[in-house]
Amino acid sequence: MAQPSNVSFAVLEDRAKFIRTETVRLTKIAGAGHYSSTFSCAEILASLYYAQMRIEPTNPAWEDRDRFVMSKGHAAIGLYPVLADLGYFDPSELDTYTRLGSKYGDHPDMKKVRGLDFSSGSLGHGLSVGLGIALAGRTTGRDYRTYVMLGDGELSEGQIWEAVMAASHFKLGHLTVLLDRNGLCIDGHTEDIMGIEPIHERFSSFGWDVQRIDGHDLPAIRDAFEALPTGTTGRPQCIVCDTVKGRGVKRMEMSLDWHVGNLVGDDYDEVMAELDAGLQPYEPEPAE
Amino acid sequence: MSTEMQNEAEIFRGTTEGKTVLKDHRSVRGTPKAGMPAFVLGEELAKMAETDPRIVVATADLASANRTNDFRDAHPKRFFDFGIAEKNMITAAAGMASCGLVPYVATFASFSAILGAEQIRTDCAYPRMPVRVVGTHSGMSMGFYGSSHHALEDLGMLRTMADLTVICATDANHLRAILRKSVDHPGAMYIRLGRGRDPVVYDEVPEIEIGRAIRLREGTDLTIIATGSEVRASLDAAATLEEQGVSVRVVDMHTISPLDRAEIEAAATETKAILTVEEHNITGGLGTAVSEVLVDLPRLPFRRHGVPDKYVEVGPPGALYASYKLDTPGIVEVAKDFLSGKA
Repeated sequence: MAQPSNVSFAVLEDRAKFIRTETVRLTKIAGAGHYSSTFSCAEILASLYYAQMRIEPTNPAWEDRDRFVMSKGHAAIGLYPVLADLGYFDPSELDTYTRLGSKYGDHPDMKKVRGLDFSSGSLGHGLSVGLGIALAGRTTGRDYRTYVMLGDGELSEGQIWEAVMAASHFKLGHLTVLLDRNGLCIDGHTEDIMGIEPIHERFSSFGWDVQRIDGHDLPAIRDAFEALPTGTTGRPQCIVCDTVKGRGVKRMEMSLDWHVGNLVGDDYDEVMAELDAGLQPYEPEPAE
Repeated sequence: MSTEMQNEAEIFRGTTEGKTVLKDHRSVRGTPKAGMPAFVLGEELAKMAETDPRIVVATADLASANRTNDFRDAHPKRFFDFGIAEKNMITAAAGMASCGLVPYVATFASFSAILGAEQIRTDCAYPRMPVRVVGTHSGMSMGFYGSSHHALEDLGMLRTMADLTVICATDANHLRAILRKSVDHPGAMYIRLGRGRDPVVYDEVPEIEIGRAIRLREGTDLTIIATGSEVRASLDAAATLEEQGVSVRVVDMHTISPLDRAEIEAAATETKAILTVEEHNITGGLGTAVSEVLVDLPRLPFRRHGVPDKYVEVGPPGALYASYKLDTPGIVEVAKDFLSGKA
């Protein structure tokens, strides 16, 4: 079953909000969580799971399903609610998030989480996983697509570039990278810590087709998905999604203080209310 | 120069009858001389793949050295050369395994096991993917290529990983047996090989069980527990010792994890002393694993024999084995010193 591509932007906007509010709720259970890395990819995740991927939640082992690898595994807190919402498992299971014996930890375990295509957590591995999944599809004659969400910080890992090179060498046109270009790693701006720009040109020079879009713009995400070629051979596809780390919560937007955090008391209620009001225009802090 | 050392020279320098030929894996390794077993990895996998569509093979620019080119030639669409990118290869194999394939990925043990250790743990063992990571040319069998190309730590590193089967092939027929058993074995495996010229222990493909040792020789005074490349030399040492009045049991402990605890307990109760012999750093490998069983049992004389905890000299492999007393005379000497109470 393909996810319907005519899902309205209003629905996708609501599901992106749901990803953010669930992230805040689950973080409260854990006492610490990756808010801002999840907020930056909320629109991408919502668009992918609710309107793009060919999946069948009642049959998570369906061999022809599209695959998704969350290489930036610390954003799993935003993926779990999506999987539950789609029916892979009972949403009430999420109330155990990170508690002793839970299936749901900060980094996702495919042996425990129904609907998760691969485990992650160690940055730099996910694209190689996706490469293998795409190669397996070709070897077994299946036409599924493989999507890998990369963080921008993890592009410093050398293994990523081994996989970038191999994907074009093996002509994996059915492999798509969704790069959450939110601009920050833990110690600072990526361009200050380990610069990656011009990242679209770097992927392009490795033999990939590259689109660069606003990763919070739902119509732009849909257009980028619709521009992906069909077929299982050709240049691999990269969608550089320029995003805002922490998008949706003013105090977190492009802040280095919220990579891992915990909202308590009034702060929690304020943030939930802010999210409930929907995305407001992003206003970057004026440069000093 | 001994015959064995002459063979080393031929293998590593490609020198025959005083005439130097360019180093070429195919010409040097591809036509084994009489009495020298071939490197059967690719050939056996190719045979298995004829009836099992799940099998795929990958290497990292060493298809000729590890003979996975035999597989490539038979099944080109199920063979992937990743270039010199071992981490990517191992993780990609895990991705393939998640889609129902059974990938065998082979390169030198120094790069598959040591360079790829985190990928083996995080992407293969932890999610229990049926990836078979093959480490060829393990131990110090790369001889004068030096410590960058040796793998004398791989068993110690990998046997501490949960849900990872660690197994050493003794010779060509034993490797065939391991490969046949491995296809449906649950979870990830590390298969440790020598350099493919390993002396024969098994004249036929043996019946094996992963996790169960093979008792090759009975004896009462001493049990030598050996693995991989040291099994043949240990058997020959046992024969020499027998001539000198020492009765020696020899056990092929091919599976390092999970370890055959019962066989170690039998040795501890039925024989008077235990000596482990391995082509591995004395720390962390077979000897350490056996000691972890013995520590729970009544005391008996026990000694570990392997490579000292330092980087070894360069030299042809045969010369290194002699130098570190891992050849037959060396093992005889170590065993006699051990039994007589000498250091």
